[in-house]
Amino acid sequence: MDLNLTEEQDMIVGMVRRYVREEILPLEFDLDPDADELAPEDKERLVEITKEMGLYGLGIPPEYGGPEIDLVTQTLISMEISQHRAGLYAPCYGTFGGAGLAQLFEATDEQKERYLFPTLRGEKRGFFGLSEPSGGSDPARAIQTKAVKDGDDWIINGSKLWISGADRADYGLVFARTDADKGRNGVTCFIVDTDNPGFHVRRIVHTLRSANYATELQFEDMRVPSTNILGEVNRGFAIANDRLTRQRIPYAAGCIGVAIKAQEMALEYVPQRETFGAPLSSRQAIQWMLVDNEIDIKQSIWITLDAANKANRGEPFRKEAAMAKLVATEAAGRVVDRSMQMFGGLGVAKDLPFERWYREMRIRRIGEGPNEVQRHVIARELLGASLR
Amino acid sequence: MATRLTKPWRPVDEIEGVLKGHLGVYQLANADDEIVYIGFAGGASLYGLKGEVSERVAELEDATQFRVEITASYMSRWRELMMVHIADTGESPRHNPPVKLGRMSPGHS
Ligand SMILES: Cc1cc2nc3c(=O)[nH]c(=O)nc-3n(C[C@H](O)[C@H](O)[C@H](O)COP(=O)(O)OP(=O)(O)OC[C@H]3O[C@@H](n4cnc5c(N)ncnc54)[C@H](O)[C@@H]3O)c2cc1C
Repeated sequence: MDLNLTEEQDMIVGMVRRYVREEILPLEFDLDPDADELAPEDKERLVEITKEMGLYGLGIPPEYGGPEIDLVTQTLISMEISQHRAGLYAPCYGTFGGAGLAQLFEATDEQKERYLFPTLRGEKRGFFGLSEPSGGSDPARAIQTKAVKDGDDWIINGSKLWISGADRADYGLVFARTDADKGRNGVTCFIVDTDNPGFHVRRIVHTLRSANYATELQFEDMRVPSTNILGEVNRGFAIANDRLTRQRIPYAAGCIGVAIKAQEMALEYVPQRETFGAPLSSRQAIQWMLVDNEIDIKQSIWITLDAANKANRGEPFRKEAAMAKLVATEAAGRVVDRSMQMFGGLGVAKDLPFERWYREMRIRRIGEGPNEVQRHVIARELLGASLR
Repeated sequence: MATRLTKPWRPVDEIEGVLKGHLGVYQLANADDEIVYIGFAGGASLYGLKGEVSERVAELEDATQFRVEITASYMSRWRELMMVHIADTGESPRHNPPVKLGRMSPGHS
């Protein structure tokens, strides 16, 4: 077992690290501390650079034009591109492009033409509409949005809560109940155009995160053709579940990147800051915080790379992905918290990125399947029992 | 939480006495109560709402009234107010430079 990076991985990680430090960090000096977008001319220029680096379209399978990069290396890159103020929810401000909604790779050819390819070209955006006011941890049971067949169409009524980016999306995946008696086998995934007259973004749900905010949606007699069903009728939950499992690895990696940056800033600061006649770094209380940070970061890295490695090899990785999400979100929260403490008042000021990371990191224990649900998934895998 | 700002308008000569350095969002209106600008005081604003509103009012001759909402979620709230305004009137307030926004149909809240 070789735990070292390959020469190629080392080179890619170094290149991405330089990009973040030389191109992204300087731009953040002039942006609002809560910004999640660059000026269009900056974004255009930076996309050219990531294209030259051969890294544009991360997460897009090579057969669809994405770079030929394995999942472990992608995870290492995800740990680099979040190492800046907006990095948790807007890593490098989207300048590496991305796959958007990975479920669309399972779409029909016609659906790919209309939704997937324009998304990969950066011309269209999608949203993922699973959670509802009735609950998000157990969507298979909680979904109350209903779709009823009407000729070749379906009529959808209901609402969704917490849906990120729906106001700026051109289309979205909406999960609706198509058979009331079948529980998780009665949910279908529809691709819905946001200019559909029955589609409404009713409000923004203001949370700790101002960037990439959540919205509340309402569907009023929204007519959707059968050709817009993704996958099969009543098989939508499998599609949702698959995405949620895969997504947990880059989700964990993003948290780790922020933790690495927070620790780096703390390591730089404490030797310079003096109290009671000596640098903070000479105090055991401070040293132990740095040690605990380092251990939190290292264990998160290895657990997350293990999950990526299993997925890369085509082995089952549900348990490992859940562990990565759980460990990284909790550990990174602790690292940011300790680093803030070492910076004192500066740690909570908007002058530095800690306060934004602190707010946004808190969401990570709830989003993409809350951590209690991850524990449930791991327990089920260990015990072999079905999730009830 | 209501999507629209519905507090009563105040004349701009009350800015000094009413506003402090908070983070938040604000609207400016002309004498006919027509919203002419929607802005925010963010983490990079000097003197928060007081500074931002005073500065903008000094630039805009037709801005004679203001109202504010103090909020740390100034970025998402500002976008929401802009989208609601567009949903209600079909366009951005006249003094807001063009900006890429989403689309809302907020109903009556
Ligand atoms: C900012 C933000 C953005 C989001 N974006 C999206 C999006 O784009 N698309 C989307 O579909 N969803 C999105 N979500 C929703 C998110 O996935 C849900 O909030 C999450 O799944 C939890 O659902 P809930 O809030 O309804 O909590 P509930 O399901 O009501 O759970 C409440 C609490 O109970 C815990 N819990 C639940 N069951 C158990 C159990 N058996 N044992 C112990 N504890 C349990 C949960 O972990 C949670 O902490 C977003 C959420 C936020 C905050």
